[in-house]
Amino acid sequence: VSDAWIVVAVVGAATVLLKAAGPVFLGRRELPTRVAGVVEVLAPAMLAALVVTQLFGGDRELVFDGPRLLGVAAAGVALVLRAPLIVVIVVAGAAAGLARLLT
Amino acid sequence: MPGRLRDGALAALPLAPGPLLFGASFGVLAADAGLNSVATVLMSATTFAGSAQFAAASVLETGGGAIAAIVVAVLLNARYVPLSVSVASIFPGSRRRRLVESQLIVDESWALAGRNGNFEYGVLVGAGLLFYVLWVGGTAAGTIVGDLLDPEAIGLDAAFPALFLALLVPYVRARRSLVAAVLAAAITFVLIPVAPPGVPVVAAALACLVGLRR
Repeated sequence: VSDAWIVVAVVGAATVLLKAAGPVFLGRRELPTRVAGVVEVLAPAMLAALVVTQLFGGDRELVFDGPRLLGVAAAGVALVLRAPLIVVIVVAGAAAGLARLLT
Repeated sequence: MPGRLRDGALAALPLAPGPLLFGASFGVLAADAGLNSVATVLMSATTFAGSAQFAAASVLETGGGAIAAIVVAVLLNARYVPLSVSVASIFPGSRRRRLVESQLIVDESWALAGRNGNFEYGVLVGAGLLFYVLWVGGTAAGTIVGDLLDPEAIGLDAAFPALFLALLVPYVRARRSLVAAVLAAAITFVLIPVAPPGVPVVAAALACLVGLRR
């Protein structure tokens, strides 16, 4: 079984249980304050880590790729201009792709 | 479709291009990460949570391995526990029915369902169903298109981090989330040159300990 299939199966099963937490398992019981505090900041922490990994991650080295950095910078501008998510993604890809064409 | 479900689907209609195009881009990116089209569509059908799916695919794509991909995706989806608890009381019927219908909880259907101050079951399920069909359908379309595209030429390596950056922005308006994000980014950056791929992003989860402080 490939890594990809293991990931699809385990993440799928885990997500089914997480989404069912309220209606099926916990009911209306509130989460303890400290647990709720940790859960609340998990998503921003993981997303920030993913930005850095995707932007600079190599095999045990930091990689600084011009077109890629330019693409993400362009996406940053789109975000400041409050562009919708799909536009931000397209802008990043287009800017990086264009930079590669021209260099 | 009962009236209230239809109302939910209608309320969700203006947001319809989102899951459709976002699903299609997942189909394109997953192909680059080594998921075949069946696995990709199956993931959208069972996980039905965009950021976690993109996270898992991107960790696999950078050679982080299955364990890191699973840990990161599950930690991202842990945020569904408080969302799910907040709407627990609106789901009627048997345990099995609640298990199935609770899968329609996604950020957008949850937000729409609570727009009038109290959560409405019909809106959550109606909107969730519409988003589900568009998400899975969009993914399937994306896997077909994705096979025809060259990842470098369309700048996929820039699209991935841009996507996560865009998903991050709404969170960092809260101070504690901003601190956690900066800390996680720093941990990842420092560990990339010294640790095997996959480890930095998992270690960054330690940043969530700032949430312990009241």
